[in-house]
Order: sequence, then structure tokens, then C-alpha cells
Amino acid sequence: MELLEIKNLSKSFDKKEVLKDINLCISSGKVVGLLGKNGAGKSTLIKLINDLLTPTEGEIFVKGNKIGADSKKAISYLPERTYLNKQMKVSEVIDYFRDFYEDFDSKKAKKLLKDLDLDVNEKLSKMSKGMQEKVQLVLVMSRKADLYILDEPLGGVDPATRDYILDTILSNFNENASVIISTHLISDIERILDEVIFIDKGTVVLQDDADKLRKKEKASLDEIFRRMFKC
Amino acid sequence: MEFTFDNNIPIYIQLLEYLKIYLISGVFKSGDKLPSVREFATTFKVNPNTMQKALSELESMKLIYTERTNGKYVTKDKKLIEKLKDEYAITLARSYFEGMKKIGLGKADSIKYLEGIN
Repeated sequence: MELLEIKNLSKSFDKKEVLKDINLCISSGKVVGLLGKNGAGKSTLIKLINDLLTPTEGEIFVKGNKIGADSKKAISYLPERTYLNKQMKVSEVIDYFRDFYEDFDSKKAKKLLKDLDLDVNEKLSKMSKGMQEKVQLVLVMSRKADLYILDEPLGGVDPATRDYILDTILSNFNENASVIISTHLISDIERILDEVIFIDKGTVVLQDDADKLRKKEKASLDEIFRRMFKC
Repeated sequence: MEFTFDNNIPIYIQLLEYLKIYLISGVFKSGDKLPSVREFATTFKVNPNTMQKALSELESMKLIYTERTNGKYVTKDKKLIEKLKDEYAITLARSYFEGMKKIGLGKADSIKYLEGIN
């Protein structure tokens, strides 16, 4: 059984078709890059998988079941923009997550925050944008979920922290879980990807094994992306 | 040690190279138990699946073997490792001569240069 299965998925906003007939399967134990230009439909697809938008057509299954309350338990989602109340202290947000998610590991969250030199007694509103992003990512990665979906997790953080975050992603996911990372910072995440999905103008143009693709095209994923989507 | 990877080349192939050098240079000796896939992946900072692929490749070359439930070990056949070392040395020597050829130096001259280096 596939961890995530998407069948004939389309989404339109009014008359504008943002996603067209998407078919995808993602199995367990993979790190998958969801790559595409701005406006390609990455975030819309992610929101649909998280049941935050309703499909115009098609269906999404997580562990064989149609998405709903159960799939929300199974998915740990890092949205593009934070939804946390900025007046809260980091320690309060940790409590909030612990109350909300059964699978949340506060000990792990605190360890990761410490590694990143983030003070749990600080209010989010006092932190820089990059620091807030780190907090949010720590929270998401401290759940023991089946599927982690990270929408642009690296955008606001410095390169040194990016490496730490990628290592955190690698060391935290297990063979029963998968990670989907949407980004346009391809070269930064190349080394951790098993598979790539290229999405353009609302359709999946390619899904392949990362190393197979490098071998076939004799180029980096970043280079392949640039060639394919040259303006 | 920091490991660097060239994103233009499949990462498992680059891992395979690192592993071969470990065997040739005796970091892991004939009969030694190898770290687990996950430990290796952490050291190289790569995806465990990619690490697994490199190790499987090494296993299909008979350079390592899996003992059921116990983990992976370096082959007991020392000749295989010697052969690997020999092949590696030849490749290195060949690329040296090719480099010298590009700047107009033949084999005899190239060897002279080699002798001049300590």
C-alpha cells in the first residue's frame, strides 16, 4: 500500500485551473523533492493533501484511506507562512503542540531548539523571521508522523542552519515515514533526496529517482531543473 | 571529516568510491564488521536509502557480505581487496600519464618526474 496516493486530482479557483489531472504515488521511507517554479501549483497541491482545500476533481488517499481526520494525524505539515500566535513564548507553543498532537515529543523539540541556540523563554514576536521559521520547523519535525510535508522550509534560514536542518530531517525520519519538501533551493537539498517530482503549470512533468536522473542526464538536479524550465 | 559530493554525479556512485578507498586503505580490514547503514548515512550526511544502494552495490561486487541479523562484514577474501587496490592504482597511474601527455611529456619523462618527488 502506498503512503500517499493521488488520483486524477484537479483544482480550480473560479475559472482558473491551478492543478490539472495530477496522479502521484509516494511510498514509505522516501525523501521527495517537490520542485517547480513560483506559481507552478506546489503549495496548492500541498494544501489539498493536508485537506485545507477541497479538490475540484479527483481523490487523495493517505495509507489507503481518503483524507480526513485520520490523515491529519498522520501528516506533520510545515506551512509556507506561520499560523502561530506571535505573542506566545516558545515554551508555550511547545505545550500547545503537546496538548494538540499525541505524537509530539517535547523532549526532542527542546533538544533541537537548544542545538539551534533558541531560547524557549523568548516570545515569537521578539524573534527574527529566520528564528521563527526554525522554531516552526522544530515543532513539525518533533512529531512522530508518517508523512512530513515541508513547504519551503529553508527560504528564510542561513546556509549553516540549512545544513543542520537537512541533517535533522535525515536523522529523524524512519523507514515507515516519508518527507515531501517543496522548494526552489534545489542545490541545497540535492544530497538528501531519493526522488524528485517536477511540477509545472499545474501538471506533474516528471517523477523519478534522483540518482537515476543524474545518471541519465549527466547533470545535477538543479541543472536539470534549470534546463527544463528555462524562461 | 567533511565529505563533499558533486551534484552532477549520482551520489551512490560517489559513496561507493569512498567505501572502496576505505577497504583499500584498510580503514575496514578483511573480516571487519561494518557500521550500520544508518551510522554510515549519518557520517556521510546522506539519505539512508542512498547509502543502502552504495552498500548493495559493494555487496554485489562481493567486497562485503551480509550475515543475517548480524550486519555487514568486509569480505574474507583478501585477494579481492588486493585486486581492487591494483585496479585503483592502475587508474591513478593512467590518469597521471594522460595528464602529462597533455603537456607534451612522454612516459619516460613522466617517470623521471615521479622519481623526483619524495
